Amino acid sequence: MPPAPQEGSGLTPVRSTLDNGVVVLAKETRKTPAVALNLAVRAGSICDPPDAPGASYLLARVIDRGTARRSADALAEEIDGRGISLTINVTRHLFSVVCTCLAKDFEDILALLGDVLMAPTVPEHELATRKGEVVSAIKQDDDSPAVRATEGLMALLYGEQHPYGRRTKGSVEIVEGLTRERLLALHAARFAPSELSAVIVGDVDAGRALDAADRVFGGWRAARPAPVPLPPVARSAARRRHVIPMMNKAQTEIAYGFTTIARTDPAYYAYWLMNVALGQYALGGRLGDSIRERQGMAYHVSSALDANVLEGPLVIRAGVSSANVERAISSIDDELTRLRIDGLFDKELREMKQYLVGSMPRALEANAGIANFLQAMEFFGLGLDYDRRLPGILGAVTLDEVHEAAKEALDPARATIVVAGPYTEDTGI
Amino acid sequence: MSPSHRSHTLDNGLKVLVREEHTAPLASVWCWYKVGSRDERPGLTGVSHWVEHMNFKGTTNIPRDQVKGIIEQFGGAWNGYTWIDQTTYLETATRDALDRMLFIESERMARCLYHPDDCESERTVIISELHGGENDPDQLLDQELTATAFKAHPYRHPTIGWLSDLQSMTREDLYGYYRSHYVPNNATLVIVGDVEPDDVFRKVEAHFGGVAAGPQPVRKTTIEPEQTGERRLTIRKEGTTAYLKVAYHAPAVADAGFVPALVLDAVLTSAKGVNLWSSFRVAPPQRKARLYRTLVERGLASSVSGQLVPTAQPFLYTVSATATDGTPLSAVEEALLGELDRVRREGITPAELDRARAQLQARLVFDNDSVTNIAHQLGYFETIASVDVFTELPSRIDAVTLDQVAGTARELLLDSNRTIGAFVPLPVASA
Repeated sequence: MPPAPQEGSGLTPVRSTLDNGVVVLAKETRKTPAVALNLAVRAGSICDPPDAPGASYLLARVIDRGTARRSADALAEEIDGRGISLTINVTRHLFSVVCTCLAKDFEDILALLGDVLMAPTVPEHELATRKGEVVSAIKQDDDSPAVRATEGLMALLYGEQHPYGRRTKGSVEIVEGLTRERLLALHAARFAPSELSAVIVGDVDAGRALDAADRVFGGWRAARPAPVPLPPVARSAARRRHVIPMMNKAQTEIAYGFTTIARTDPAYYAYWLMNVALGQYALGGRLGDSIRERQGMAYHVSSALDANVLEGPLVIRAGVSSANVERAISSIDDELTRLRIDGLFDKELREMKQYLVGSMPRALEANAGIANFLQAMEFFGLGLDYDRRLPGILGAVTLDEVHEAAKEALDPARATIVVAGPYTEDTGI
Repeated sequence: MSPSHRSHTLDNGLKVLVREEHTAPLASVWCWYKVGSRDERPGLTGVSHWVEHMNFKGTTNIPRDQVKGIIEQFGGAWNGYTWIDQTTYLETATRDALDRMLFIESERMARCLYHPDDCESERTVIISELHGGENDPDQLLDQELTATAFKAHPYRHPTIGWLSDLQSMTREDLYGYYRSHYVPNNATLVIVGDVEPDDVFRKVEAHFGGVAAGPQPVRKTTIEPEQTGERRLTIRKEGTTAYLKVAYHAPAVADAGFVPALVLDAVLTSAKGVNLWSSFRVAPPQRKARLYRTLVERGLASSVSGQLVPTAQPFLYTVSATATDGTPLSAVEEALLGELDRVRREGITPAELDRARAQLQARLVFDNDSVTNIAHQLGYFETIASVDVFTELPSRIDAVTLDQVAGTARELLLDSNRTIGAFVPLPVASA
């Protein structure tokens, strides 16, 4: 087995909680004269008002377009002049502002990001322009078989009204109707120091990073928001199938999936190993062996597990010609059935463990990768020594546990399948 | 900008570049071949890319069923890609896998199997890849635009190939192409990571020293005649969104005009960096860029981007815009061409030059944050020109003058040098 990552000391980030509840994680590296900043607020799309799915996404597009202290133009000047681009992402649970800057710019950029997160003004004209962009993005999604299949699957698995089942971008009608006041109210309700974790990784020592974070965020005052109630996840009892005909397209996309478990479930590591074997290892795991390598049906086929606060999805994706849709679905059924009946081979499980442990140095090589890892570690409460414990946790997973996970999760009789592309259920083409 | 690398050429002509990077217990190995879709003749378009796929399907000493896991057992990842000038393969894994990585690449160079069944199976995989690309109107337009902008140079055909060639190519076509281009004297091997160069050179000699040199492949390429008038194409197809692309014939990486053109693009659409492997994964900083302000901030387009990729021979500088819903493409085109005309007449300002330089230098740092990215850059530039072109980039960027950028804008952005492509969406009929 390859050496465990960062043998001995591990990442050992410095973690500090400011008086107002902001969590700061700092890790010094000397790789390049740059710093990765990853600021995450627990204000993802689950916080969208029930009648306005997409509000958080639109807020993410406009939050950096004007603050109490900086105009949109001043922000643009400061960011662009330093070669920086902000990536502002909304996932189900997190609203993240991420960027990499040169080490010499670190303090200035952290102050700018703090301003963006704490005091956006959402100027009307900026909102109007960003709405136009989001509407175009929704229309592009509507024309993408891959997006239609995946979003269709999530809506079926969780229900269209469930926070995990809704489109993150919302709909054209809702986006067009969102007002500045609505977005500012959403910000006021959900953005608070208790919800922020600031991860700083790079060519800056931890003391300097913590001091800078304290200067930027230490004075922030806002009440802790009430938790967002999350409806329980209902498990599908039967096989479901939905076809979205898109006859102007060249290839058909299949999204095939299940709801699984929460990230905090003790069975998570068995599920993780199972998923790697099923649809990730090498070129798409067992699914890749069957559908791409042996049958030559698809360029891409893989599976992804997204265990989350609630029971997240396991999604299998493949792009195939319309003539091969049935054969591909049937091959997925076969691979799942095989895994349910026989589990993994002993050698196979060892290989998966070896791969995941061995790949940690790659995942934790660049500053941005370390920052992502630390942010996930913080969000799920995995502990500051998680990177050092992980090899042992994976090593302890047994064949039986993985087999149980497969039996529990991968029943084709309970699968939900969405097909989008030049294909109709009637003709089979 | 970067610590130096060491270089050595084996007796069989294989060039080896090694750079020590001790920031993580990793090593990255890239093997580059001077063969890409520009080397393909009619009837064989797509062969370089298909050969790349075949070179993952077992060798004399790596049986087909042992390919899977051969690098993953070291926690590693491996991959490859083909483009117009080059084909390349990489492995990045823990440093103790160095011997294994070199073994894989030496096998790939000389002993791939090309089993007829695997060739047939891969035919449909590649056709699936082609159709997947066609699902995206932007990608479809890009392919058609390139084919229209070039009338003679083989950069005109897509790297994936044309469908009829993919349907008719034979196993012998593939294997013959492989044998004639995969020789050590047509390759560059790059190793970057937690390694010791003398040890690397010894291991490389052990793995590759016995691979015989072959006849040097001759790269016959028609020179694209100067374009004499604007070209246009319009794709009308069912869809939801309108796209516009404007492409100009642009300097090759080693040409004097390349870095001024990089600066010009930074001013127009933002600095992207020059790492084909990583630069385009993060959105560029473009809020002050002229075309962003003209098109996106005015609500005409939801996005605008520029692409000037380092290439061995003159390729294209392409500006792409996605129209906002309800905006006619003619309005996008008028504003876009107006802005390009303005920069052609007036050049750029000193403040824009300063910002572009700062952005480009920052991107060079950001794009070299891993052993994989560093190794890519050394091999990429050595394959399309020379590694010196890469190491000299920071000083070339610092030395660019306002006059040089203005001169490049005047030469590049001529009506007669451009091709305009439009994707006009037609209403989607229900199934």
